[in-house]
Amino acid sequence: MTYRANILISSSAPGAQAVEQALLEKIYEHHLDGEVQVMQAATLGPQAQGVELVIYPEGTHYVQLTPEDARLIVEEHLLKGRPIARLMFKGIEVEPLEAPASKEIRVVLRNVGKIDPGNIDDYIAVDGYGALGKVLTEMTPEQVLDELKRSGLRGRGGAGFPTHLKWTFARNAPGDEKFVICNGDEGDPGAFMNRRVLEGDPHAVIEGMAIAAYVIGARQGYFYVRAEYPIAISTLRLAIQQARDYGLLGNNILGTDFSFDLEVRMGAGAFVCGEETALMQSIEGARGMPTTRPPFPATKGLWAKPSNINNVETYANVPQIILKGGEWFASMGTEKSKGTKTFAIAGKVKRTGLIEVPLGVTIREIVYDVGGGILNDKKFKAVQTGGPMGGCIPEKYLDLPVDYENLAKVGSIMGSGGFVVMDEDTCMVDIARFFMEFTQDESCGKCVPCRVGTRRMLEILTDICEGRGQPGDIERLEAMAKYIARASLCGLGQGAPNPVLSTIENFRDEYEAHIYEKRCPAKVCKPLIEYIIDPETCIGCTRCARNCPVNAISGKPKQAHLIDPSVCVRCGICKQVCPVNAISIESEGKLAVG
Amino acid sequence: MSVNPNMDLTTVVDVTLTPEEKSAMDEVLSANRDRPGATMLVLTLVQEKVGYISPPMQAYIAKALGVPLSHIYGVLTFYSSFRMVPLGRHKISICLGTACYVRGGPMLIEKYQQVLGVKMGETTEDNRFTLEICRCVGACSQAPVVMIDEDILGRVSPADVSKSLRKYE
Repeated sequence: MTYRANILISSSAPGAQAVEQALLEKIYEHHLDGEVQVMQAATLGPQAQGVELVIYPEGTHYVQLTPEDARLIVEEHLLKGRPIARLMFKGIEVEPLEAPASKEIRVVLRNVGKIDPGNIDDYIAVDGYGALGKVLTEMTPEQVLDELKRSGLRGRGGAGFPTHLKWTFARNAPGDEKFVICNGDEGDPGAFMNRRVLEGDPHAVIEGMAIAAYVIGARQGYFYVRAEYPIAISTLRLAIQQARDYGLLGNNILGTDFSFDLEVRMGAGAFVCGEETALMQSIEGARGMPTTRPPFPATKGLWAKPSNINNVETYANVPQIILKGGEWFASMGTEKSKGTKTFAIAGKVKRTGLIEVPLGVTIREIVYDVGGGILNDKKFKAVQTGGPMGGCIPEKYLDLPVDYENLAKVGSIMGSGGFVVMDEDTCMVDIARFFMEFTQDESCGKCVPCRVGTRRMLEILTDICEGRGQPGDIERLEAMAKYIARASLCGLGQGAPNPVLSTIENFRDEYEAHIYEKRCPAKVCKPLIEYIIDPETCIGCTRCARNCPVNAISGKPKQAHLIDPSVCVRCGICKQVCPVNAISIESEGKLAVG
Repeated sequence: MSVNPNMDLTTVVDVTLTPEEKSAMDEVLSANRDRPGATMLVLTLVQEKVGYISPPMQAYIAKALGVPLSHIYGVLTFYSSFRMVPLGRHKISICLGTACYVRGGPMLIEKYQQVLGVKMGETTEDNRFTLEICRCVGACSQAPVVMIDEDILGRVSPADVSKSLRKYE
């Protein structure tokens, strides 16, 4: 890539053609065509702003452009290096959320939001398919594996298994027919990293899969994407078609004797299909229930053929590793966890969104520097990583560097990168109950300890949250957790007790308050709280009474209102709509009654 | 919904399938029946076209694919996005993923139930809306999120609920 500047212009806006023509004419007039490249993108920003263009590498964003403006941009910005402030985008760039420059490194997300995912030329313009070309013409499969080994890339789906080993197993497995599978069944609540990559840079994943196919000797690949991601599915289908049209998928790719094609298969709303053996069952058209391992997919996978299955993010890393070298990738991260990782920050932080940071940054840096701190400046309580199989990490580990080993050490997992922040208003027993409800619902039912055990744990947790907790409940939960984890086939059952165990470990006092004092310290658990209107503050505006779904609030206009606790369902709407903050939540607690 | 294991498939199929159901299934089946892993593909595409897969339709598909009806029924009931009964004209899905849950998803459920007069999973009498809970839709930065058909509404507060229904007739 020898261009000094790359310009992306929004080709779909009305009048875009005239602007682009003016831009190109001026560029030729000043003989800049060898230094500046103009590419078309469908849209550039979150809101349409007329004809827009962005000039990289600096990322200057011009909006509402006329042909005259375009000529000016060439003469001022490109020729003289003077950006034109009056034409620049003035609003707040909503997406992508940018981490402080010193912390964020974009490898997987490098093209997301910058290129048009619906145009393969955009991807090719940023070195796209260069890695595939290099692999097919200059490298043996062994050399690719060596490069991956040097990079230290580990599976980004959560378990962190070294990618080069996985590929080596599939390569060495005997068999004429092999498959490459991409796991895009991103089901963890609170995680949307893969979705953004599939929707924003689908070709990077396709290229990574093609390289994997070359290494293991596969001719056919499958994308398994959850049905809840319709845009990702249509983007992928378009990208695959464009790659076929360019001879980058199909027979004799780039004139070599390597042939490979891809197909998208949709999930149908079953969380357990994110587990690799269940996912393959689903592609085969059956109920997505995990199977025993061994045999591992590398030897006996899809249709009992050797198969390699990786996460979206793992594949998206591969082309960059091939182009820039394993050492470059290994220069980021910690000793055992190399490279960058995308995280979806959600929950009670000021700035939610998608980030990519080198492994090894601390939780504090992610929450406070990148996430901007806790919403409404409340107190940090915990961060939940790794989805429903992960754990809640308390405040004392705020300075823990985030990598696979450290998260496991404090009772959580990396998972696919969900990062849900909780503040002082979050009840940890309620959160444990919420996750158990999820896993209980999503358990496929094959292993009895998981099917029945998660149900029993959920019942105990529900009792605790509703004021029926009994002495010994905590110990019962711990004992059941041990058996469920030990006697379940797949990661869902093995990880299902994690949210409970980690909250008991770190927030045992909250469990005890619920059980022994019938009190919810975070004032969340409905049967243990009461909504109370402060008569001094209430202005009698009647708004709470009008919004109450069960008519539990009485009072005359301009007089203090009253909530009847026997009717109130504790939905909290009154507190939200009160203009003067007169409504508070109390959890006084009662002594245990028999 | 259960399927009578003794029902005579041939008669049921002829009597209860509408012409639209039959032509949609025939179209999907002829294009996909021989592809590997056809069951999921066929069911997904039929549901996309028709909106549901009723018991007679299950029997028709089982016969066409040459698999037991129990296999079709097993797959349908395993995956949560398959439906056996028609939806209302518009589907309202309230997200209860982690982020939406902590940011007020449960309050939205109360409010939608109150406004529409139905419980979760039910369809309004005029067949206008079906109310459902959904798992994370991947828009957590917008939490709490409600999906009406394909539209994603972000940062919804209980006060927005009535307004959110207006454009869907």
